Amino acid sequence: MANTENIIAVKNLIKTYRTGDIEVHALNDVSLTINKGEFAAIMGASGSGKSTFMNILGCLDNPTSGEYILEGEDVLSRDKNKLAELRNSKLGFIFQSFNILPRTSALENVELPLLYNNKIGAKERREKALNALKSVGLADRVNSMPNQLSGGQQQRVAIARALVNDPIIIMADEPTGNLDSRTSYEIMEIFQKLNDKGITIVMVTHEADIAQFARNNIIFKDGKIIANNPVKERKNAAEELKKIAALSEEKSTI
Amino acid sequence: MRILNLLKVAYRSLNRNKLRSFLTMLGIIIGVASVIAMLAIGEGSNQNIKASIASLGTNSIIIIPGANFQGGVRQGASSTQTLKLEDAEAIAARCELVNHVSPVDQKRVQAIYGSKNWGTMILGVNEDYLIIRSLTITSGSVFTPADDRVAAKVCLVGVTIVFNLFGDENANPIGQIIRVNSIPFKIVGVLSKMGQNTFGQDQDDIIIAPFTTVQKRMSSSLIYVNSILASGISEDQINDAVDEISSLLREKHKLAPSDDNDFTVRTQSDISNIFGTISKVMTILLASIASISLLVGGIGIMNIMLVSVTERTREIGIRMAIGAKGRDVLIQFMIESIVISFAGGLIGIALGITVSELVAKFGGWPVVVTVSSVLLSFLFSAVIGVFFGWYPARKAARLNPIDALRYE
Repeated sequence: MANTENIIAVKNLIKTYRTGDIEVHALNDVSLTINKGEFAAIMGASGSGKSTFMNILGCLDNPTSGEYILEGEDVLSRDKNKLAELRNSKLGFIFQSFNILPRTSALENVELPLLYNNKIGAKERREKALNALKSVGLADRVNSMPNQLSGGQQQRVAIARALVNDPIIIMADEPTGNLDSRTSYEIMEIFQKLNDKGITIVMVTHEADIAQFARNNIIFKDGKIIANNPVKERKNAAEELKKIAALSEEKSTI
Repeated sequence: MRILNLLKVAYRSLNRNKLRSFLTMLGIIIGVASVIAMLAIGEGSNQNIKASIASLGTNSIIIIPGANFQGGVRQGASSTQTLKLEDAEAIAARCELVNHVSPVDQKRVQAIYGSKNWGTMILGVNEDYLIIRSLTITSGSVFTPADDRVAAKVCLVGVTIVFNLFGDENANPIGQIIRVNSIPFKIVGVLSKMGQNTFGQDQDDIIIAPFTTVQKRMSSSLIYVNSILASGISEDQINDAVDEISSLLREKHKLAPSDDNDFTVRTQSDISNIFGTISKVMTILLASIASISLLVGGIGIMNIMLVSVTERTREIGIRMAIGAKGRDVLIQFMIESIVISFAGGLIGIALGITVSELVAKFGGWPVVVTVSSVLLSFLFSAVIGVFFGWYPARKAARLNPIDALRYE
């Protein structure tokens, strides 16, 4: 625990929702540390608390009680505006439903987080956004509108948007939930590449095969972490894609 | 977030919904345009009234008999006869601030020439009247003091009379005899055309004869006169002249200090002020009706912004998730509504001026677009943009990012 490399440390998180007279413990005493360079997959059934946990990690929601240290800073003592600044400068978000702005070009979507950052000028903003798009393989679709992009491409725009402000951690909430398996693997390939470059990733997923691409699997049940194990036979997305390609080639030759 | 960035964001989002933005703007455009047009029309008629009243002579003074008590009932102005010919003579003789005075007797008459007859008005005045009213003649000559003394049956006629009795405005009636209420009058001159006055009265439908003639041959009274017209020696001293006349008449009418005046002295500027006030009331009325449409336009903005906030809840959630503060969202939506109302205001100004010009050109109505009306309506539209944009913007800014992201 004394590891200076850990960038997220949460302790005794409790989140209680109240609907009428019934109290629901979405999180019940959760403690976890995430180290730099980690690629963790959070798994669990619906209602196990994994999304609530993700929202709290992402500074979008506050726990009922507990402690949250992000890069040595106490997050929970901060007000709404400071949290917005944290989200803007230190976190990158990827959502299940892509959540990119409609009728807005890929480039403008990726530029969005930088628009809310006063320190970055127009020229630098464009440069960074172009680089981010290049890193997810969309250099040729810079001016495309979301409705001209496939689901996988939209998700890659979202990844570029998450990357553009050089976050210390990327948080993905079911990033492959709306994608077919082949496209899911493509996204995982990007994730693994980013992780190899040293970017920390926390990903929520309920697909066991997607979780196999991560380094660590954290399993939630009834608001508690019941397991936190390294992945034994970690899959490599690039190789999986090759396999699929080979398979479809075989089919087409028959 | 820099304002420039916010402007860009607002522009992009308005551009994405061009038709809707334009329709929202239309409310403001129509509002601003109608305010400007209404104020221009009001101001135009105001200045027109003032100008035509001023053309009657700005330093003229009119004295009419005052109200009268009869059995406790107070009759209106001119309900009685209190002004005498000798009052007019006294004003001419004793008031130093007055340079021209004419008694006025007027009577509705029937004028006949040959087989044509025409109902009109005859004025009995002396030659000072023509000077005070700046009346000139196009042909013939003016009657003389000698005509007045002998009650000569001579007269000047307006062009409407010429047209109606001689069949042609340009006919030469000089020397012709017309019968006015059976009395034969010789026409000695034709008055220059004056056209209608502000109140639509035909100023050329008139016969002017020497005062004594009308008094002795047509009027029922040899002592009283209908009114007295005078002029001050200068416009600056017009009020002093009024005081001078008032005190002279009070003295002549032997009024005790506690008595009200039994006459009324009015100057041209009093009359001009009265009509100025009327036209101002009209202008305010028109402008307030127009500003209601501006208000409705503002509510239109609020409506669209509220729809827009609901429709873009998810977008707001995304923006907040990637680091937009509540304030950023507030400013973004405020800027959108301000841009709508500003652009609407500018287009409205152009439209308002165009409409005013069209009214002037095709309606023949005088319009004056004043800078203040333009500024006023533009400012009003801007305030409406801020006011009606604020509530939806605040609603957007207060959204919880998680709820906003989940919104479908």
